[in-house]
Amino acid sequence: MKVGIIQFPGTNCEYDTQHAFAALGCETQILWHKEDTIPSDMDLVVAAGGFSYGDYLRSGAIAKMSPIMKALKVYAENGGKVLGICNGFQVLTETGLLPGALKRNEGLHFISRHHHLKVINNDNVFLRHCNVDQVLNIPIAHHDGNFYIDENGLQELYANGQVLLKYTDEKGNIDNPNGSVDSIAGICNKSKTVFGLMPHPERAMESLLGSDDGKAMLEGFINA
Amino acid sequence: MKAIVNVFLKNGVLDSQGKAVQHALSGHGFETVKDVRVGKQIIIEMNENDADAAKEKVAHMCEELLANTVIEDYEIEIQA
Repeated sequence: MKVGIIQFPGTNCEYDTQHAFAALGCETQILWHKEDTIPSDMDLVVAAGGFSYGDYLRSGAIAKMSPIMKALKVYAENGGKVLGICNGFQVLTETGLLPGALKRNEGLHFISRHHHLKVINNDNVFLRHCNVDQVLNIPIAHHDGNFYIDENGLQELYANGQVLLKYTDEKGNIDNPNGSVDSIAGICNKSKTVFGLMPHPERAMESLLGSDDGKAMLEGFINA
Repeated sequence: MKAIVNVFLKNGVLDSQGKAVQHALSGHGFETVKDVRVGKQIIIEMNENDADAAKEKVAHMCEELLANTVIEDYEIEIQA
C-alpha cells in the first residue's frame, strides 16, 4: 500500500499525514506540487491540510493551478483514490473533483478544537470500518470550513449517498460549528473514489493525544 | 489597459462578513444602513489595446481563478 501526499507551499500537515499512514504500515511519498505526474504505483493520493499559498485569493484557489493538480485530475478520472483533508478538501472543491465550496466560518473565527462527527454513510472505502450513526471524536482546525452547496446539489449528494460525515455533539445530535449546509463535515464524489473532509483524522491516531478515532477512518483505504 | 474586477458572494449565499460589518455600523449609530456586502477588488494591468479582447480575457481569468462561481459573482470594468 503506497500513499502519495501532495505538498504545496504552505501545506503544513503533510508530515502528520505521512506519520499516520506509516503507523498503519503504508509506504509513503511526499509529492511536490511542481511534479506533473502522479507515480503509477500510488494506491491513494492525499491532499493534506495547511494553508497552501497562504490562502491568498481563496483557500485552495491558487493551489488548483499547480502542475500536480492536472495530473491528479487525470489520476482521479481513471478511478484513482484521493483524500482531501481540510485545505486539501478546499483544493478538491476548487478543482471541481468534489462538488460545493468552503466559505468563511459563519462566526468568522478560526476554530481549533476536538469536535464530534457522526457517520452518515459507510458504503465507501473511507468509512467502511465505521458504523452508520457512530460518533467519532476528531480535531478540527479551520477558518474556511463552512460547506456550501445549492439545494439541487444537496439533494443529489443525499440521493447518491455522498454525504459521509456531519458535525454533532458526543451523543450524535447536530452541533454545527461553522455554518455548513446541513452540518456537513465530509463528502465524496459520485463514484466514491474522491473524499474530502474538514476535520483531521491524521491528528486522531493516539488515545494519549485525545483520540484515536482517526485510525478506523484511514484504515479503510488499506487493502481496499 | 486596466481591468477592475469586483468579486462578491452570490445573492442567496450568506455573507457573514457583510453581516458583521452591518451590525457594527448599526451599533455605532449609522441607523440608515440597510445591508452591507463585503467583496474583493482585483486590479489587473494588461498589455492589451482592444477593450473587448481585454474583457474576454479577464472573464476567462475569472472563470479559471479569480472567482469561485459556485458561490461568487464577478463584474468586470475595463479602463483605457
